[in-house]
Amino acid sequence: MMKAEAMPKLHKLALYYSPVNRWALKVFTRNLFVFRKTWTTNLAFNIVEPLLYLAALGVGLGMLVDDIEGMSYTQFIAPGIVATSAMWAAAAECSYDSFVRMHYQKIYHAIVVTPINLREVVAGELLYGTFKSVLSGSIIMAVVAALGLVPSAWALLTPFVLVLNGMAFSQLAMIWTGIVPKIDNFAYFFTLVITPMFLFSGVFFPLEVLPPILQQLAWLLPLYHIIVLLRSLTMGLVSTDLVFHVLWLLVFILIIFPLPQYLMHRRLIK
Amino acid sequence: MALVVEAQNLQKNYNGFPAVAGIDFQIQKGQCFGILGPNGAGKTTVVAMIYCFHPISGGKLVVLGIDVNDDPRAIKKRLGVVPQENNLDLELSVRENLLIYAGYYGINRTVAEKRAGELLYFFGLADKANQEVDKISGGMKRRLTIARGLVHTPDLLILDEPTTGLDPQSRRLIWEHLRRLKKRGLTLILTTHYLEEASQLCDDLIIIDKGVILEEGNPLDLVNKQVGTKVVEVDVEATHMKALIQSVKHCISGYQPAGNTVYLFITEDETETVNILNASSYVHSYQVRPANLEDVFLKLTGRGLVYEEDANDESRSYAQTS
Repeated sequence: MMKAEAMPKLHKLALYYSPVNRWALKVFTRNLFVFRKTWTTNLAFNIVEPLLYLAALGVGLGMLVDDIEGMSYTQFIAPGIVATSAMWAAAAECSYDSFVRMHYQKIYHAIVVTPINLREVVAGELLYGTFKSVLSGSIIMAVVAALGLVPSAWALLTPFVLVLNGMAFSQLAMIWTGIVPKIDNFAYFFTLVITPMFLFSGVFFPLEVLPPILQQLAWLLPLYHIIVLLRSLTMGLVSTDLVFHVLWLLVFILIIFPLPQYLMHRRLIK
Repeated sequence: MALVVEAQNLQKNYNGFPAVAGIDFQIQKGQCFGILGPNGAGKTTVVAMIYCFHPISGGKLVVLGIDVNDDPRAIKKRLGVVPQENNLDLELSVRENLLIYAGYYGINRTVAEKRAGELLYFFGLADKANQEVDKISGGMKRRLTIARGLVHTPDLLILDEPTTGLDPQSRRLIWEHLRRLKKRGLTLILTTHYLEEASQLCDDLIIIDKGVILEEGNPLDLVNKQVGTKVVEVDVEATHMKALIQSVKHCISGYQPAGNTVYLFITEDETETVNILNASSYVHSYQVRPANLEDVFLKLTGRGLVYEEDANDESRSYAQTS
């Protein structure tokens, strides 16, 4: 039985999940419209850089490294490169790009006087960050597959995993966008959150080589779960264990979902 | 009775500071309603509460028959807003700005295209339709922002300092457009610190300072009531100001000192005052002109009493026209 006084609080919490609606979709549509004008340059950077990593580390460093868990080193890092570049795409979109829209271009202010409210603006931005992340990640996965680095057709499920990835990192970035006083402050986010995630989630080496305490800490990183999922799919190592990682990500996404909205509201509406 | 906005004891506090300290006003359908005041008076806060950006801290605010606390979305669907800062979408062309904005209101593409075409024509922007927003002039950006506020044919258009920062020619062009919109029956709310703008456009206005209403009414009535019909601007040394005022006191309705100038307010005939000024040895020069809203404003915000208390205080240059 729910106590009567708990009801308003629950109602308030529901407010944070309701903005994923048709109004948020209009904000998403606006961003998509702009994206359609600039997509070639927009995507090129997102795709060229990870392929450079793959070439330098896979082919170069790979010469010095033995097979890992039956995969060549290039094969081993390929899913991680897909995951991290999709992470960067979402994180950059909802930090620097969203900040420019919010702070310099005042686009949020322009939108919130229309029927769309600020929570829906935030939700629309998150959807767009996710979209960009899924798109660039999927393209890289396709390139990697074309290079013969993806043995299993399970890899076709990549976009679904990337949705979780995109949502998680769009939100983390948007949290900072709700807080940082100046655009320069995003450096902290990338240095303290994104880069460690990039280095210690098992992209470049299996986490088993780390001391147990660090292995356990990696479990707290969303990117770790993404990489486990993508690597398992590309190699066709599918088991019910994977459901656990999906659940971990879903719970993470749902728990932090109210935060970007709350912070943005606090920032813009006095 | 068709009330578009009704505010009762409307309040707004920012961290305990009362930006709007309990004001009442009503706006009728078809009116151009002015909110006048110096910078920081609370004008933007008042309109931002009307367009449901800032939640109200106290009192009651009903817009288009809907309480702002009840259903902001329903209100916002019927409002057009032209904010103080241009916030056009710089990543879109002139026409796309209107089309995408129409999309926010859920207007379908065909209707939006038609409406955008009409608005671009009305505001003289048709030949700029495909330009980048960054490339058009300040006056055009302003007109585009107004056009954007009209894309969903609102019942009420709110303009927050629509001509601030524009050159006189662009300003007059905007006034012309606003007059035409008013003629079509659109209700307008206008904040401004340009008194000429208010007297040119507004049917009714409130003058606010420090979050309270100092005076309200029709611009012409306000001038007559507060100042009279004429003003004599007298250039006189500060040390002689008190004596001068004494000598003309019986034939003026009021006065307002500002630096080395004193404004003498005259209700009927200025002949006697002018005679005294001509005979005076310490008057450098003077000028007679019709009274205007600026005089009302100076009188209401100029804190004229300070002068009588301390005639030698050098710091009393309170000719705030900004």
